[in-house]
Amino acid sequence: MKFSRRDTLALGAGAVALTVLPLQANAATAVDDLIATFTGGADVGEGGVTLTAPEIAENGNTVPVGIDAPGATEVLIVAAGNPNPNVATFKFGELAGSQSASTRIRLAGTQDVMAIAKMGDGSFKKASQTVKVTIGGCGG
Amino acid sequence: MAQGVKPRVKAPKTAAAGETVTLKTLISHKMESGQRKDKDGNVIPRSIINRFTCEFNGKSVIDVKMEPSISTNPYFEFEAVVPEAGEFKFTWYDDDGSVYEEAKSVKIG
Repeated sequence: MKFSRRDTLALGAGAVALTVLPLQANAATAVDDLIATFTGGADVGEGGVTLTAPEIAENGNTVPVGIDAPGATEVLIVAAGNPNPNVATFKFGELAGSQSASTRIRLAGTQDVMAIAKMGDGSFKKASQTVKVTIGGCGG
Repeated sequence: MAQGVKPRVKAPKTAAAGETVTLKTLISHKMESGQRKDKDGNVIPRSIINRFTCEFNGKSVIDVKMEPSISTNPYFEFEAVVPEAGEFKFTWYDDDGSVYEEAKSVKIG
């Protein structure tokens, strides 16, 4: 049997889809669980939160991310594609100058990073951004 | 891993009453995620700083719960209101029970 260039490409794409799909399904439930625990099952709206992250991160070991959520009391950062999607929870106290902070996080690969903010009135807002990672940061 | 841990904090020495100041903190720590393996294939156990807090005269500014996805040498930048002269207290809590502290005093003027 002779493979044309087109066949080979199709085969390759199929194989990639097969291996990636179940992984993503697993990760998605873990992320949903994590968010549900944080929000207590409440609806999460869009807007009101700004997540600053690079579009392309060369080194997944240190990816600078910033959050800005005026009026928030707590902000959860989630990296959907990490072995442990929970990254950090920021709680702002009474002397916080603004509801913003920045830090550096590890990303295992190209994925969506999410920030979910708990607002002062008890509602939840989220923002997300896709970060392309050239070298993953979770070790071999 | 309680060796070579050195907290560094950048805070202004003076501020106007009620002014919002930016604080930057960095602490040297390996933040072993518990995902890596050594060359024999054994998992290196997790050893991270799991909590960071900042207080000013006993009032909370920020309280961060940290997970293994935080990078080596955890860095935080955030803002705080300085209502009066006093002292910022920064505290890091290690998985092994160690507590690292740093304090910076701020004058009004």
